[in-house]
Amino acid sequence: MSTMNAQLPGVFYRRPSPEQAPFIEEGGTVEPGQLVALIEVMKTFNEVKADRSGIISKFLLGDGDEVEAGQGIVEVDEA
Amino acid sequence: MNEVLVRSGGLYTTVQDAGRDGHYAIGMPPSGAMDRYSFTIANLLAGNPGPTAALEATYLGPELEFTDSRTVAVTGADCSVTVSGASAPMWMSLRVGPGDVLGFGPLKAGARPYVAISGGLDVPEYLNSRSTYKLTGIGGFGGRALAEGDRVPLGQAQDPPAEGTTVPEEFLPEFPDVVELRLVVGLCSYRLTENALDSFLDTTWKVTKDADRIGYRLRGGTIDFVEREQPFGAGSDPANVVDLGYPIGSVQIPGGNEPIILLNDAVTGGGYATVGTVVSADRDRVAQTGTGGYVRFNATDVDSAVQARQDRDAWLHKLRTVLTG
Repeated sequence: MSTMNAQLPGVFYRRPSPEQAPFIEEGGTVEPGQLVALIEVMKTFNEVKADRSGIISKFLLGDGDEVEAGQGIVEVDEA
Repeated sequence: MNEVLVRSGGLYTTVQDAGRDGHYAIGMPPSGAMDRYSFTIANLLAGNPGPTAALEATYLGPELEFTDSRTVAVTGADCSVTVSGASAPMWMSLRVGPGDVLGFGPLKAGARPYVAISGGLDVPEYLNSRSTYKLTGIGGFGGRALAEGDRVPLGQAQDPPAEGTTVPEEFLPEFPDVVELRLVVGLCSYRLTENALDSFLDTTWKVTKDADRIGYRLRGGTIDFVEREQPFGAGSDPANVVDLGYPIGSVQIPGGNEPIILLNDAVTGGGYATVGTVVSADRDRVAQTGTGGYVRFNATDVDSAVQARQDRDAWLHKLRTVLTG
C-alpha cells in the first residue's frame, strides 16, 4: 500500500464535470500516466496522473475538498 | 544564439524582472517578480548585475536543459532541486554545462521558486521591461507562461561568483504557518464600521484557490460596511465607491466576505473600497504564501512602510557585500 500525494494546493475533484462519472472508482486499476483526479488552482484544472500501477484502495479526499501541496490524496495497492 | 530548452514548463513559470514601472496611469500594472527579495538574491548568485530577467515558477518548477556553460541559482520557495538527477542545494551558485538538466521535486514550503541564469533571459523588452504580463499577452517569452519545447534565448554570460557561493542562513526567508502582513489602513477604510476594521485585523484569513499574480482572494470572516446612500457614480454593493486608482498591494472586500489583495498583474483602478495596502516589503511574503496558507494583517503607518522597504534594501545590500566580498 502506498499513498500518492498532491503536488499542488487547490480544490480536489474526482470527475471531469459535476454531471460526469469519476475518472476512476475505488477498486479500479491504474497505470502510470492515467488520469485519476483534477486539482483546481489559479483558474486552471490541473490533471493528477498516477505515477505507479496498482489498485485504487481508497480516496483520501472527496469531490470539492480543499487540498494542500504534499497532502495524501489516494491510496494505491501496488501489485 | 545560446538558449535554454524547456522540457517542462511546470505549473506556471514566467519571465520576470523588476517590472514595468511608470505606466500605471494608462492602466498598465508593473508585473515583475512577486517575491523581489528571492528574485534579487537569485540574480546575485548567478552573477547578474541589477534586476536581470529570471524565471518565476509557481508551486511546480520547470525542467530546463542547458546548451552551454552557465551559472544558475534557485531561490524562493523551499523545494527539492536536481541537476541532471542529482540533488542540488537552493540558495547557491551552481555551475551547469551543455546537456545538464535542472529539475524540481515537490514543494516543501512557500509557493514560488525563482531561477536565475547567468547572462539573464534575453527576451525582447516591452516598455523597458522583460516582465511577462499574461493577461494582455505582452512581455516575457511570447507574453505567456513557458511550455514544453520552448527555447528561451540567454544573454551574454556575465561574471558569476565562484561555484558553491552560498547565502548564509540568516538571509534565508522563513515560511511561517500564519504569515504576518503589515497594512497601511486606507484609502477607503472610512467605509468600514469601527468593529469591522477591528474584526478584519483580528481575523486569520485563509488563501483560497483563487490566488495568482493578479490577486489573492481570502476567506475567514465577514466585514460590515457603514450604511450610506449610494453616491452618484458608485455601484450598489456596500463595498462600492466612486472609481479610484488601486494601490498595488491594496485590499478590497467585494460583498464584504472575501477580501482580495491586488498584486503585480492586477487591474489598476475601479470602484471597490480599498481598506488598506500591504506594504511593499511584505508583498514578498504574500508571493510565498500559497493556496491553503494563512495571513493576518497588522496595521502600520506610511513611515513604517517606507522604513520596512529601506530595511529590506539595506539587508540585501549587506548580503551583496557578503557574496561579492
